[in-house]
Amino acid sequence: MTDRSPDGMTVWARNSRLPVVPPVRPRKLAKVPFVELADGRLQGVVSSGSDIGRVYVSSIAAGTHNYNCSTNNNRPCGGLYGAPCKHLRALVAEAVVQYGADRVARYLRVEVPEGAELADCLGGVHEPAPAAVVFSRFLRHLAYLEVPDTTLPIPELHWFPATGVVR
Amino acid sequence: MLAVQLAALLGGTQDAGAGAGHEEALALLDGFDDALVDGLARVTGERADAVTALAAAFAGSPLADRLAEAADAVVSGSIAPEHLTALAGGRIALYGAVHDALLGGLDAALGRERADWPPSDPAGTAGGPGAQPAGNVLDGARAWLRELAITGWRGVGHDLVSAADQIIEALLGVPSLRRLAVLLDGFAAELRACCPIGSAERLPVRRWADLWTRALLLSQDGVLTEPRPTATVSGRLLVLGVDVHEHGTAVQFQVHAVLEPAGGGRPRLMRTCVAVAKVDTVTGPTLWKLAQRHKVLLAALADRRSLEITDMTLVDGGDLVWDDDRAFVGAPADPFAAARLCLSGALAPAVPPLDRVPVRIAEPVLVEGYKVTRDGSFDLGGAVLAVDTERLPGCGPLTPALVRSSSACVGLVRWDGGQWTLQPLAVQAKVKRETTVVATGDWALGPTDPKAAKAEARTGDAVAVLRERAGRLLRR
Repeated sequence: MTDRSPDGMTVWARNSRLPVVPPVRPRKLAKVPFVELADGRLQGVVSSGSDIGRVYVSSIAAGTHNYNCSTNNNRPCGGLYGAPCKHLRALVAEAVVQYGADRVARYLRVEVPEGAELADCLGGVHEPAPAAVVFSRFLRHLAYLEVPDTTLPIPELHWFPATGVVR
Repeated sequence: MLAVQLAALLGGTQDAGAGAGHEEALALLDGFDDALVDGLARVTGERADAVTALAAAFAGSPLADRLAEAADAVVSGSIAPEHLTALAGGRIALYGAVHDALLGGLDAALGRERADWPPSDPAGTAGGPGAQPAGNVLDGARAWLRELAITGWRGVGHDLVSAADQIIEALLGVPSLRRLAVLLDGFAAELRACCPIGSAERLPVRRWADLWTRALLLSQDGVLTEPRPTATVSGRLLVLGVDVHEHGTAVQFQVHAVLEPAGGGRPRLMRTCVAVAKVDTVTGPTLWKLAQRHKVLLAALADRRSLEITDMTLVDGGDLVWDDDRAFVGAPADPFAAARLCLSGALAPAVPPLDRVPVRIAEPVLVEGYKVTRDGSFDLGGAVLAVDTERLPGCGPLTPALVRSSSACVGLVRWDGGQWTLQPLAVQAKVKRETTVVATGDWALGPTDPKAAKAEARTGDAVAVLRERAGRLLRR
């Protein structure tokens, strides 16, 4: 049997209304509109500082910390000189705001000594990764804002009580 | 809710010897849910017994043969899709019975009368409009759910989670399948956030079994149909409060209210909703902006006013299909006035058969004259009701501290994890020595607290930024 004895465990195992995904903190989206911990990577999209129509797709793999940054058309980022570019650093910084440093560090499996910056603790080398998957996940993310609202009830959302504020 | 009513509720449904049998039913449920942890591919020993026991509970019922066959198939390791459907059906029926016993106990304790479910019209039940063209999409959803059940939560990895993306995208494109899309999206996000699950210390065992069964039910052909309109109604709508539901990509504002029908007649309890798609970085008071198309409703919430509605559609289950064009803002009416005036005699709506699941129980009550105990529960003349202040919506001003210092509360009675709880929607509390009302919907037109307004301004307009990005990058 799954252990239902200790208190916290019982609640976790027997309750239907649980906040399983920790709430994210609001942040400014202008520079880094999209960040996620998915598919074993911290990945996201960073808006180009010089060209309003261009974005960079940046990712860091959990465990190895190998990184990649390229435009959405797979052109490598010019800032990758054997070290993470400014887009990757921006990605990490915004991920820390959004998810909190602990959750990001846990996901990437990185030890961050007291007082150190998470971005400085990543080893890893440049390793090409397909940008298309991440970019299409970003487009899908944006597409949510175009889904029309509905006034028909969605009873299934009773399983998802409001997330409290991270005040 | 009076002290005697609370005592009746706690005494009637939480005593071991209540005779309702819901403890036994939940034990059967837990056994099956535990089997899903390691998956149905390898079910042996205790877990095989649990699956067999679930099936055996239906002996003598019309489901008996199909469930027995399904349990045999699971134990022998030759599971076909219909076996999973049968087992899910068994769990749903059992949980439905628990729901009925709980809600019956709650209604009896509150003295609340509930409308009867209208007998189904035999022509219009299976395969209703909107369900047919979606066949392929539903096939995909069922296949994914089957894979999930066979793999078990412990075996879920990134690939299995990501396989849901395309299915959800396709479901979102079909308005009649919205409910399934929203459910799967929230479920998949949880699995993703917990990946790799194999080593996770604790798992939401009942919750994920709930979500899995629910999704399997909704992905059957013909289950998701437009709700039947039962009537059009007119009159004065007195708002009791707003319950906010949210996951990464959806938010639903569910308003609980009492309708005083035009031309007299008995007041009726109703719910009305606005649900909007969103992304995870849109949170807090900004959420209301997503619903701003429904100005009349939001204005009534923010200003605490009643609503005058004319010929609005009421569907199965007491849900009013909100339509701003058929409503205008009426006279001031705070939730406490509304609750005192007409909550006790109001007729509650029948619960649609498919929605008979304990998590949907959310009955509005007015509680006053309580002492707040050390752990934040309300002590009502010796009967103690737990208060859920952990998830007060971030889009409103209600805080645990306000609830703690409150003298009266309008909230929803819910049941979860074996106990009754109160989810506050509005409280009367002393703020700077003045008794004021604070409600979850107060910020529907934007935060009225300068601190919250500042915090919102600091992060900028997330929706506008993303819309700009979408405008440049989508469809190019």
